[in-house]
Amino acid sequence: MMPKFPFLKNKDPKNTSKVFIPSRRDFLKIGSLATGGLLLGVNFQCSGPRGETITFAPNVYLSIGSDNQVTIVAHRSEMGTGIRTSLPMIVADELGADWSKVKIVQAEGDEEKYGDQNTDGSYSVRMFYEPMRRAGATARHMLLAAAAQKWGVEIADCRTENGEVVHSGGKKIKFGDLVEAAKDLDMPDAESVALKEFAAYKLIGRDVPIYDNLDFATGKAVFGADVDLPDMLVAVVKRSPVIGAKVLKYNEQKALAVPGVNRVVKIEGAGIPPGLDKALEGVAVIADNTWAAIKGRDALEIEWDLGPNEAYDSEQQLKEMLASTSVNGQVRRERGNFNAARQQGGQVIERTYLVPFYAHATMEPPAAIAHVHGDGTCEIWAPTQHPQWARQAVAQALGIDYQDVKMNVTLLGGGFGRKSKPDFVVEAALLSRAAKLPVRVQWTRDDDLHHDFYHAQSAQRIRAVLDKNGNLNGWNHHTVFPAIGATANADELHPSDGELGLGCIDFPYEVPHIRIETHESKAHTRIGWLRSVSNIHHSFAINCMLDEVAEAKGQDPVDFLLGMLSEDKDLTFDGELKGDFGNYGEPLEAFPWNTRRLRGVIQKVAQESNWKAAVSSGKKVGFAVHKSFLTYVACVVEVANGDNDQLLIPEVHYAVDCGIGVNTDRIRSQFEGGAQFATSLVLNSAITLKNGKVQQNNFDGYQVIRMPQSPKKIHVHLVESMEKPTGVGEPPVPPYIPALCNAIYKLTGERIYRLPYKA
Amino acid sequence: MEKYTLIINGKKESLEAQPEMPLLWVLRDILNLKGTKYGCGQGLCGSCTVLLDDVAIRSCAYPISEIGDQKITTIEGLSPEGNHPVQKAWVTHVVPQCGYCQTGQIMNAAALLKRNSNPSEEEIESAMAGNICRCGTYNRIKEAIITASKSY
Repeated sequence: MMPKFPFLKNKDPKNTSKVFIPSRRDFLKIGSLATGGLLLGVNFQCSGPRGETITFAPNVYLSIGSDNQVTIVAHRSEMGTGIRTSLPMIVADELGADWSKVKIVQAEGDEEKYGDQNTDGSYSVRMFYEPMRRAGATARHMLLAAAAQKWGVEIADCRTENGEVVHSGGKKIKFGDLVEAAKDLDMPDAESVALKEFAAYKLIGRDVPIYDNLDFATGKAVFGADVDLPDMLVAVVKRSPVIGAKVLKYNEQKALAVPGVNRVVKIEGAGIPPGLDKALEGVAVIADNTWAAIKGRDALEIEWDLGPNEAYDSEQQLKEMLASTSVNGQVRRERGNFNAARQQGGQVIERTYLVPFYAHATMEPPAAIAHVHGDGTCEIWAPTQHPQWARQAVAQALGIDYQDVKMNVTLLGGGFGRKSKPDFVVEAALLSRAAKLPVRVQWTRDDDLHHDFYHAQSAQRIRAVLDKNGNLNGWNHHTVFPAIGATANADELHPSDGELGLGCIDFPYEVPHIRIETHESKAHTRIGWLRSVSNIHHSFAINCMLDEVAEAKGQDPVDFLLGMLSEDKDLTFDGELKGDFGNYGEPLEAFPWNTRRLRGVIQKVAQESNWKAAVSSGKKVGFAVHKSFLTYVACVVEVANGDNDQLLIPEVHYAVDCGIGVNTDRIRSQFEGGAQFATSLVLNSAITLKNGKVQQNNFDGYQVIRMPQSPKKIHVHLVESMEKPTGVGEPPVPPYIPALCNAIYKLTGERIYRLPYKA
Repeated sequence: MEKYTLIINGKKESLEAQPEMPLLWVLRDILNLKGTKYGCGQGLCGSCTVLLDDVAIRSCAYPISEIGDQKITTIEGLSPEGNHPVQKAWVTHVVPQCGYCQTGQIMNAAALLKRNSNPSEEEIESAMAGNICRCGTYNRIKEAIITASKSY
């Protein structure tokens, strides 16, 4: 089963935007099913014996002990966005807890209990801002009621502050002293409970340091590979070098001769298509320690049937994809009549854009620990973005019930979409079953680069028609790339509506004639999503082309784009789309496509970066704007020549409209890091395949940005807004790519049509 | 298997290992010191950085047989409570995002400041070039090193 991915969804976005607040009844029902963890439904109903801590847990996210300990559950995965801080701090703020004393506990994978835990698509804050406030407000209301009852005063005269209820007359009582009384009160309706005024918040809208700050600095933070179980073995796997390759035979003798190697186990792979949640075919070496497993794997002798992808050459496919864009494709959006506009004469600018496969290369390569018990049940510890899918994939691979898999989520040493896929978690489960002991499967860096779910390589062709007055009259965008869905369904040959919805089909400018077309391509390797997904190549092509059009018109690119936007309105693309517009899983009524907000970030970035002055003073600056994941972002990048003609990036400005900014420090850090990440995509990284095999083995072949090349100063300007909050994990990447390319053009005089750009 | 006695974080540790086993796996798998991270296995990313007599080395590419009586300092020994000036600066600037590469970054920064207590921005960049951060925390790393240098 394919789980839901809002950004790829075509229909019925309601499912994913549903807020999940377990009612008291749900809570008790779930509590009775719970086998462990934090959920203390029983304590909610009964008093403990004298002297024992009593816990008040009005919902699954929050509990308060009679010892004053406030514990909040982080139910989304922490991969660096700060979500493990940002969601709990919303609960704490609404509750009025003493944040410095709040304990955060990571939830295990359990959708029934916690709602959606698929940490992807930049939607954790968007989806849970309100449920978290309601979770906090419900508890606050009950504590206030308990205090008011105790004191015989009006609830309205009480407030919460730093873990206490405070009466306007000056009386104070700690939360812990109200637990016993609060738990007997009726629970207010979470949907109608009064929330605080925004101005009353003390955490939301401010810079809040991450919860794990000190643990990161002292090495105490626990990532996937850090979990240690008694008698645990370590597995390193030799996987099919070509997608679809099958093991014909293997000789394990030399591997078994390596000191510390315990056993060799074959893993049955899914073949073709490889699937999004299946293990690859391979042979695992299981040993006492990681080094022995690596050496054992080196000693394996395997004969492969490489299968139909044996001759696959990614460069050859890219050429074919590019050629396909010169003819008519499948029309996905049509406004006016592009061909007529083209025939009316004027100037036609036609450009093509190529983007390679990219690997995620998370600093922590995939690793997972499984313990399949004697009774067939299984416990997992994994750095997974999607604990529920991982749990399901493990259950399926082992042929056991979903309820018999316990999924513990560790910190993730980077995710960027890679750790949404549970293939490595499935491997751990299969190997633990075979070894009858706990097993950690450890991917090496070459495993990570060779067997990723890559960002798809793409070819695009854009034709821009300027009429006789020099106005942009026609826009024809061809895009072709293997679809993510093709990894699970080989018949999927065109980009999906969901993928086109990522910054291509929603071209927002007032051009009278628009035609957007797609072409067929096959997946010969595993395709997945990488930080901002198809927005990467779409924003690159669209914004580089718009910069070129502005130049052809002799107009400043900022002025040009402001002029291309309609008056303030919500775009709907009605009657123009041949398929559905996913809007990142949200109804357009709830999250409109608003031209005022796009204009707002363009104006803000121009102002904050002193765009006009920078241009006229000869600074090499590039500009681009791109909305993704419902967040509006404009970007200005400055480049310069350093010593030995090394490209320098002295300054970056972002203007960001993500609605309410919840943890402003983590918003800025996502943009700082997003600029660095996107710099790698422009300047350094590419995955290529020859004879079906990935050519890059480590950080020497797959290069990423290092400190000397990295942007020196990154300024993040937030638009003050009371709109609903939207995500910031992915939106920094798309506009930065073309802004950097447009800046490099100013420096070198050469446009960039292919990534990565080699100076 | 050979017997080794290592001086790690001021303590003697005796253990048995294959001579070619990299220090990284000795630390992680034998001594259960998990603060030092695996990132590439070839000394290309710096996640596994530890100090050998105050010099930063890549423990993933350093066989145990070559260590001898040189003193090893890992993140656990830099200051368990996070009181080292580099760690304090890291906390002040909220440097980490995912956090995985940060122990290696901190060890490398500590070695830099030990030999050059007042590095220029360029010197910082060049000294830290071997440590990759995929989340892109480079700007804050630089700020934190400058802050920490004021305590030296």
